[in-house]
Amino acid sequence: MTVKQRFITIALCSLATILTRFLPFLIFSPARPTPKYIQFLGKALPSAIFAMLFVYCLRNVTIIGGSHGIPELISILIIVAVHLKKRNMLLSIAVGTVCYMLLVQFVF
Amino acid sequence: MKQTSLMIKKAFKTAFPYTIPIFAGFWFLGITYGIYMKTAGFSFWYPMIMSTLIFGGSLEFIAISILLSPFAPIQVFIVALMLQARHLFYGISMLDKFKNTGMKKIYLIFGMCDETFSINYTVDIPDDVDNGWFMFFVTLLNQLYWVSGSTIGGILGSFIKFNTKGLDFVMTAMFAVIFLEQLLKEKRHYTAIIGMTTSVLCLLVFGADSFMLPAMLCILFFLSVFQKPIEKAGGLV
Repeated sequence: MTVKQRFITIALCSLATILTRFLPFLIFSPARPTPKYIQFLGKALPSAIFAMLFVYCLRNVTIIGGSHGIPELISILIIVAVHLKKRNMLLSIAVGTVCYMLLVQFVF
Repeated sequence: MKQTSLMIKKAFKTAFPYTIPIFAGFWFLGITYGIYMKTAGFSFWYPMIMSTLIFGGSLEFIAISILLSPFAPIQVFIVALMLQARHLFYGISMLDKFKNTGMKKIYLIFGMCDETFSINYTVDIPDDVDNGWFMFFVTLLNQLYWVSGSTIGGILGSFIKFNTKGLDFVMTAMFAVIFLEQLLKEKRHYTAIIGMTTSVLCLLVFGADSFMLPAMLCILFFLSVFQKPIEKAGGLV
């Protein structure tokens, strides 16, 4: 690829991203009432999407080989426990990450 | 005038703590990305410009191999659209929250990556803090972390040696907490169950690299089919 072609490629990646981010706002203007179905999706999607992103983060965990996903499982259980007790996002994330780092560096 | 600057300062102070885990994650991933680009033969300008203009980690990583392949503009555009399609969902969920944010709205939409969307959607912004400015700073700080991280990685290349094995888990931890927080807030979990089941099934069927698009289509399908009962049950946040 020439430098020019590289920049076209980068520009196209940028354009595609911008398009997917702006499209809903261009289609559903605040001036007109948003269709009921879209309003429903706006409320119903986040939980489903957060679940999907969570699965996405763990997509490369293998149950059969490696460490069998045990460090991930332990860390997530600790995150849940700490979060239910303290309900502090930053604390839960920090404790979970440190726990995972210790597990993969020293135990597994 | 003084009041405006006080209000902006307050929004910054409220927003910053929420971005700290993203700072850790983005610097780790960003530096890794920069090093990766450097080893692939690109100067630091590339990760810097790409992180500024694209600002989407997964696409940027994939773009490295695309940039090393023969020029194929249409194919690139389609791959990028498919990979980024999930942002359509973010936009639909943010239609209301971005109302009345003025000119900032353009940047709020431009910079809406997974992490920024998740924070801006989940956090209950205190009543005395301006919503628009809060979301603006979350977006801006996150992008600054990502751009600076990838640039540093691109400059320093493989000189950096650090035992940060496992640090990338900070992103998983963050999404785990955000998902949990969402579960705690909502009264009924039908949509979360739909999202979880379809994602896991699609992951098993399509594999780690290509499960997102089918998962999104399945989510959309099941939510549409069950719209009536879900709405009737109520309890969505």
